[in-house]
Amino acid sequence: MTEESLAERIMSLSPQSRALGLQLVSTAPEVVLRIPYRSDLVGEPDTGVLAGGVVTTLLDMACGWATVAALETPTSIATLDLRIDYMRPAEPGRDILASARCYKLTRSIAFVRALAYDQSPEDPVAAAQAAFMLDSNAGRGPGANLAPPPPRRKRT
Amino acid sequence: MSAVQADLEAILCRIPYARFLGMRVELHGDEMTGVLPYSERLIGNPSLPALHGGVIGAFMEMTALLQLSIAERLMRQPRPVDVSIDYLRSGRPTDTYARAMIKKVGRRIANVQVEAWQEARAAPIAALHGHFLLTPREG
Repeated sequence: MTEESLAERIMSLSPQSRALGLQLVSTAPEVVLRIPYRSDLVGEPDTGVLAGGVVTTLLDMACGWATVAALETPTSIATLDLRIDYMRPAEPGRDILASARCYKLTRSIAFVRALAYDQSPEDPVAAAQAAFMLDSNAGRGPGANLAPPPPRRKRT
Repeated sequence: MSAVQADLEAILCRIPYARFLGMRVELHGDEMTGVLPYSERLIGNPSLPALHGGVIGAFMEMTALLQLSIAERLMRQPRPVDVSIDYLRSGRPTDTYARAMIKKVGRRIANVQVEAWQEARAAPIAALHGHFLLTPREG
């Protein structure tokens, strides 16, 4: 995907990205995203440290877009698993950034690594390792999730 | 309202990010369920539409923190050390629930597992396991 169309897609934000005030910093060589510090995203009221959940969501977003950036033909993707190490609390008052790189792409899976930091990637706040499923909509069209889930098959 | 339920409400009220998510808790006896009422801004994939995976992870993480804060006498909020999240089904645009099981509490570290579901408890949409750093109250 070209850098322009990737940037365009990232900035046609999902409701959650809009709610977090997500910003695009760069698309190459790594996807870098930023969430500006905001008091309503704080997880520790006594210290003003951003909630771990904000870092989790930012890392998931950065990994997802790094996957999209690595794909030749755009397809739907879904997080399969996400592992996060929290190295230190983010500095209160500072924006949080995440840079992600897809380091292996197979026909069905993308493997991605990411770092979250508030000043420099040399001193990370958190690190993530994720796997994404490609073509995750697999024939399910827009609005597929609005219908109730099909009855579950009994495993034999 | 029980004293524990009141404590939980007070903790939730104090955490800005819990209010950002719109998260609530329900307590039945000693069993706590996190509740994440559906809201359009939790959507990550507008096409299906599906809840954002990060939001589901954050909700499970918050459920683990709350479960620890009612189960243990702590001086301050536990901090996550690491979490591992498995996504099992896409999160539909409806309410989500989560329950945390504390597997082990050591002097400083707790191991917690969380499961999140929507329509059916037996069909979870995601699972989390993680380690949390504790600061026990003196004495």
